[in-house]
Amino acid sequence: MKGRIFSVVGSMLLLTVCSKGNQSSAAPAASPTAAPTTAPAAPAASSAAGGTITGKVKFTGTAPRNPTIDMSEEAACKSKYKTTPTEENVVAGAANSLANVFVYVKSGVPAGQKFTPPTTPVVINQDGCRYHPHVFGIMVGQPFEIDNSDPVLHNIKAIAKANRPFNVSQPSAGMKTTRPPFTAPEVMVNLECNVHGWMKAFLGVRPDPFYAVSKDDGSFTISGLPPGTYTIEAWHEKFGTQTATVTIAGTESKTANFTFAAH
Amino acid sequence: MEAADLGSERGGQQVIHTLLLLTLVAVQDTAAGKMVYTKWCAGCHGDNGAGDGQGARHMVPPPRDFTGAIYQIRSTPSGQLPTDADLLRSIDEGLGGTAMPGWKSRLSERQRRDVLAYIKTFSTFFADTTQRPQPIAFSKEPGGDGGADALKVGRQFYDSIGCRKCHGDQGRGDGPSAPTLKDDAGHPMFAANLHENWRFNGGGTVEDIYRRLRTGLDGTPMPSFSDLLEQKFLTDEQLWRVAEYVRSLSPKEPPVVRDVIHAPLTKRVPHAPDDSAWTAVDTYWFPLVGQIIRKERWFAPAVSGVWVKAVHTADSIAIRVAWDDRSQSPDTAWLAHLGRVFSTLSDDSTREQPVPWPDQLAVQFPVSSPTGMERPYFLMGSPSAPVYQWRWSSTARATAIAGLARGVDRFDPIQGAGGGIATQSVYDHGEWRVVFTRALASPDTANQLPLRTGRAIPVAFFAWDGSNGEHGTRMAVSTWYFLALDEPVPARVFISPVLAMVLTLGLGMLVIWRAQQKTSYRRQQ
Repeated sequence: MKGRIFSVVGSMLLLTVCSKGNQSSAAPAASPTAAPTTAPAAPAASSAAGGTITGKVKFTGTAPRNPTIDMSEEAACKSKYKTTPTEENVVAGAANSLANVFVYVKSGVPAGQKFTPPTTPVVINQDGCRYHPHVFGIMVGQPFEIDNSDPVLHNIKAIAKANRPFNVSQPSAGMKTTRPPFTAPEVMVNLECNVHGWMKAFLGVRPDPFYAVSKDDGSFTISGLPPGTYTIEAWHEKFGTQTATVTIAGTESKTANFTFAAH
Repeated sequence: MEAADLGSERGGQQVIHTLLLLTLVAVQDTAAGKMVYTKWCAGCHGDNGAGDGQGARHMVPPPRDFTGAIYQIRSTPSGQLPTDADLLRSIDEGLGGTAMPGWKSRLSERQRRDVLAYIKTFSTFFADTTQRPQPIAFSKEPGGDGGADALKVGRQFYDSIGCRKCHGDQGRGDGPSAPTLKDDAGHPMFAANLHENWRFNGGGTVEDIYRRLRTGLDGTPMPSFSDLLEQKFLTDEQLWRVAEYVRSLSPKEPPVVRDVIHAPLTKRVPHAPDDSAWTAVDTYWFPLVGQIIRKERWFAPAVSGVWVKAVHTADSIAIRVAWDDRSQSPDTAWLAHLGRVFSTLSDDSTREQPVPWPDQLAVQFPVSSPTGMERPYFLMGSPSAPVYQWRWSSTARATAIAGLARGVDRFDPIQGAGGGIATQSVYDHGEWRVVFTRALASPDTANQLPLRTGRAIPVAFFAWDGSNGEHGTRMAVSTWYFLALDEPVPARVFISPVLAMVLTLGLGMLVIWRAQQKTSYRRQQ
C-alpha cells in the first residue's frame, strides 16, 4: 500500500518537474532554432526577446606577422591566390580591432536549462588549402558538415578531449561529410589538416546559443539572453582568454569590450 | 495507472539487481585487472594510465595515454571507441614497429580480459552509454588475380587519394608532408614505411591494411577513407586494390637474418649502386637497434635495418649497403620534427639544440682476421682492441673514409685517399644505396684487414639518420655478422676425380691383362 502511495506521489512529482522543465526551456529554445545558422559566427543574432551583449575586441601592442604559406606542393590551391597567402593567427582590423575571437557565455546560464540545437548544420569549407571559417561555434547536438572545394587530399582531424576526436579524409573536390554531432561542451575543439600543416581551425562547442565570433571590426553580438548575471569569456588562439561579468535584467542591451595584449 | 506503476517498480528492482550484479562483476574484473596492470603495464603506461610511466621517456611513438580513450587499431569508424575485441587484439598481438609487445604468451586469457576491463576505467567515455562502438561491416577481399593489373589500379588510386602526400611516391614514408607529422599530443609521428609491413602497427596483411584505410588510426595523422566509399568517390574494390598495392611493396615474407654474407666471385667490380650486375647478387638483411649501452643512449633509431650485397674479383671487393631513410639529411625541413623528437625523449640527450645533421653509415671489420672465436667489442672496439671501419656521410657522399675506431668516441682515419676506399651513393625516394670498393690485399696489414677468400670475416653495421637527431652515440647498431668471399674453385677440384678414375681404370686393366697373360702362359705349358 505504502509503495502505491509513494509511486503515485512520485509520478505526480515527476510530472510537475517535467512540465516545469518544458516551460522553462520552451522560451529560449525558440531562439536558436530561429537563429540563422548559415552564418555560424552569429547564431544568437535573433530577434527573440531577451537581453543583448554587444562589444568590441581590440588588442594593444604590435600584432605579430602572420607567416606566409608555401603552397608550392599544391598548385591547385596556390592558383586561387593573387598574392602569397598567409596564416590567420592574428587577424587585425583598423584601430587594432581583433577578428576571430570566440566570445561566449562561460557561466551564468542555469545548469538545468536545455536548448534545442538547430537542425541546420554548421559548415566548414576547405578552399584554397585554408579553412573557412577559421574560428566558429556550434551547439551540442547540432549537425557538423565538412566540405572540400579543393581537388587535393585534405584530412580533417579534430583534436578534442570532452568530445570524441576523429580524423577523416577528403581527397576529392565536392565531398561533403556530415559528422555525428558533438556531445559535450568544449572550448575549443582544434581542427587541423596533417597534409597541410598550416591549416588550422578552432571550433567552440556550446550547450546554448549564447556565443559569437568577432568580425573584422572586432564587433560581436550575443542576444536572446534571459535575465541573469553572466561570465563572458573571449578566447583568442594566440592571445589567450579574457573574461567579463555582465548582468542582464529584461530586454536591455549591455556592452562588454575586451582588450588583449599582443606580446 | 497503478498497475503500470507496480509493474515498472518490479522492473526497476530487477534492473537495479542486474546493475548491482554487473557492477560487482566489473569491480572484480577491474580489481584483478589493476594487479595485472600495475605489474606489467604501469612501467610504460603510468600508474594513472596517462602514458607517462618511467619507460615512456624512451619511446617514440610514446605509450598509449588511456585517459583520452583514443585508439589507433579499431574495427569502428573514426571517432568511435574501439570494441573489446579490438583492444584485446592489441593486447594479444602487440603493436608492430613499437615497443608494445604481444601478451598472449605471457598472460592468461583471464588476466588479459581483466586488464582490459581495468584499462577502460581510465576514461569516462567507456562508461557513457551513448558512446557504444559500432563495428564497420567490412567486406571481403574481392577476387581477381591480384596480379599486375590489380596492382596498377591500386597504384593509380594510391596516387589519386593522396597516400603519397605522407607515405611518399615509393611508399617509404618520405612524402612532402612527412616532416610535419605529429599526434594529438604533439609527439613526433612517422608516416609508415610501406616497405616494412612487419612493422605496421595494426598488422601487415592486405586485410589489415584495408581496415586501417577504412577506420584510420585515430590520434595520428592517418585519416579514415570510409567517407570516400559512402559518397561514391571510390568503390570498395578500388580501396581493396590500394591495400593490395601497399602490401605488394613489402617482401612476401618478413626478412630472415642469415649470418653469413656470401660474396660470389665475379669478373668485374660494379662500382655504381644501380649497376645491373647487382640484380643477380643475393641480398642479406640485418636488423639494427638503438644504441643503449653507452651514454647518450638512443631509444628511437630511424633506421631499422640494412640490405647488403657483396661481390669480389681476384683482387677487389664491392659491398653494397641499402637502407630506408625517409629524409635526405641534412635537411632543415625536418628541424621541427627533430625538436619534437627531443622534447618527447626527455632524456639527457634532449638538452641539445636541434641541428641538421647528415646521414651516416659505418661498416666495421676487425683489424686482423681472428684466429679463434675471439672478436673485438662489437660496439666500435676498445682502446686496446680497435676495429677497422669504413665511414660514409651524406655530406661527403663520394668519399668514405677508412680508419680505426677505438671505442664509440674515437675514430682515427687512415691517411691518404680515404684509406683506399672508393664510394658511390644514390638517394632515391627514401632509400640510400651506397657501394664501397677496396682492394682485397692491404698494404698495411697491421691496420687494414686483408680480405682473404675462404674465411668468415666478421662484419657489423651502424647507421645514423641525421634528421632524427642521430649523431655520435645516438645511432642504430647491429651485432657481428660474417662476410665470406667465395673462393674460385681451383682446377684440381675438377681434374683430380677424372685423374683418379682414369688411374683406377688403368690399374684395373693392368691387373686383368696380367692375369690373362698368366693364364695363357699356363695353357702354353
